[in-house]
Amino acid sequence: MVQMNDVKMVYESSGMVALEDIDFEIHEGEFVFLVGPSGSGKTTIIKLLTGEVQAAEGEISVNGFDLRRLKRRKLPQLRRTLGVIFQDFRLIDKLTVYENVAFAMHVVGAPKKEIDDRVPYVLELVGLNGREKRFPQELSGGEQQRVAIARALVNNPRMIIADEPTGNLDPVRSLELMLLLEKINALGTTVLVVTHEKELVNAFSKRVVAIDCGRVISDGMDGYYSYEIE
Amino acid sequence: MKLNRIGYLIKSGFKGIFSHGLMSFASVTIIMACLIIMGSFSLLIVNINNIIDDLENENEVVAFVDENLSDEAAQALQADIEALQNISGVRFVSREDARTSFEEDYDKSLFSDIDSSVFRHRYVINLADISLMGDTKAALESVDGIAKVNAHLEYAKGFITVRNIVSVVSLVLIILLTAVSLLIMTNTIKLATFTRREEIAIMKMVGASNGFIRCPFVVEGLVLGLLGGGLAFLLEWGIYVLVCNKIVTGVTGTLISVVAFSTVMWPLLIAFMAAGVLVGVIGGMTAIRNYLKV
Repeated sequence: MVQMNDVKMVYESSGMVALEDIDFEIHEGEFVFLVGPSGSGKTTIIKLLTGEVQAAEGEISVNGFDLRRLKRRKLPQLRRTLGVIFQDFRLIDKLTVYENVAFAMHVVGAPKKEIDDRVPYVLELVGLNGREKRFPQELSGGEQQRVAIARALVNNPRMIIADEPTGNLDPVRSLELMLLLEKINALGTTVLVVTHEKELVNAFSKRVVAIDCGRVISDGMDGYYSYEIE
Repeated sequence: MKLNRIGYLIKSGFKGIFSHGLMSFASVTIIMACLIIMGSFSLLIVNINNIIDDLENENEVVAFVDENLSDEAAQALQADIEALQNISGVRFVSREDARTSFEEDYDKSLFSDIDSSVFRHRYVINLADISLMGDTKAALESVDGIAKVNAHLEYAKGFITVRNIVSVVSLVLIILLTAVSLLIMTNTIKLATFTRREEIAIMKMVGASNGFIRCPFVVEGLVLGLLGGGLAFLLEWGIYVLVCNKIVTGVTGTLISVVAFSTVMWPLLIAFMAAGVLVGVIGGMTAIRNYLKV
């Protein structure tokens, strides 16, 4: 599903080495936490996985796409196999909840009938039924993040990547959100959550990959976050 | 591409116009203002050229007929003159007509004792191209039966100089105005799309192709460009008619003639629409180009 072998990432503009010797795999159906302090390279890994930036060295494969050899015009096809969730939700303010979610299906050219069936189902799955006609600014942070999850889920992606999804939420909403992601994982979707919230990670018994200074420093199934964040 | 997908993209384009109403308004206004400035200047040039044309037409060549020719033979020369190149009009003026004309132009009493036979039959000739006046004069002089040709070559040279200066100045000004207008218009559109870079980034992240993202912007640019071009045309029409009425009804109306709007209407409409669409579509597409590299 995801395979990174000896990956090195250098930002051309500054010459800064963001990642080095990154080696790890994520298998189908797994739930993985990617943890590390700010500036450790977590977001760079996400950017690599979504094709936003290119690695300087090494091999990266995501959902069968070889990212070192993937042409730019093929990037949309890769991204359609992923559902990405951000800390700042990234919803389109001018669209309603329903439209924000349906929009992702229009992008892939889904027929109207399929959109009409799928969007209400996903909104119900994330607990947003009855909120379809609301605009993002009329929702709480937790609800907005649920819309983002619904949008990420609606095209039935093989993998959900969540970048600090609880960064703007209070502890209760954060826990609810993680439970929702766990539920989605139980339905068969692979989930990768990038976070630096120790308590939240410790609340779940999942695989934890820790990185610091651009290197993987631990990768365990212990289900807790042993690395001490400053 | 499926029909419902095309429909969705077109609908998104129209929706974008209204959901970003202020920026759409700014784009249309700027397109309109720039086109009116360029259009007004172009119409001014058209009118200046028209005035020069009129003045050129008034610069006639007079060919005097050999006085030994009979009246019939003198009139028969018209066909020979018309057969020459660069002739746009030929008018025969008999001795009697020439005398009457002199009497009208000067003091009648001066001509009371003079017989018409003193005057020569003559042809008043208009040229198609005033710059070839020298060649045409030579050709007229070589026609059997033509005794003398009066042509004001120095006036012709003067007109040619004026026309050349006007052409060069207008060309330079139109190029400058077009460049400045294009810059202003594309910058406004860039500003309009800058506010939507987040939206584009989201589209990219959910797997939208560049074509899918561009399409609504193209529709938007097309509609705004057509709207700006159309409104500019209507306003230009109103302004032109208003200014022309002032000129025609004023003192200047006796001195200069203006080109009727109907003469320039279609070229102007086509130019405005084409410029509007071009700026709208190309401006929109180039403006989002940078945001697509995500």
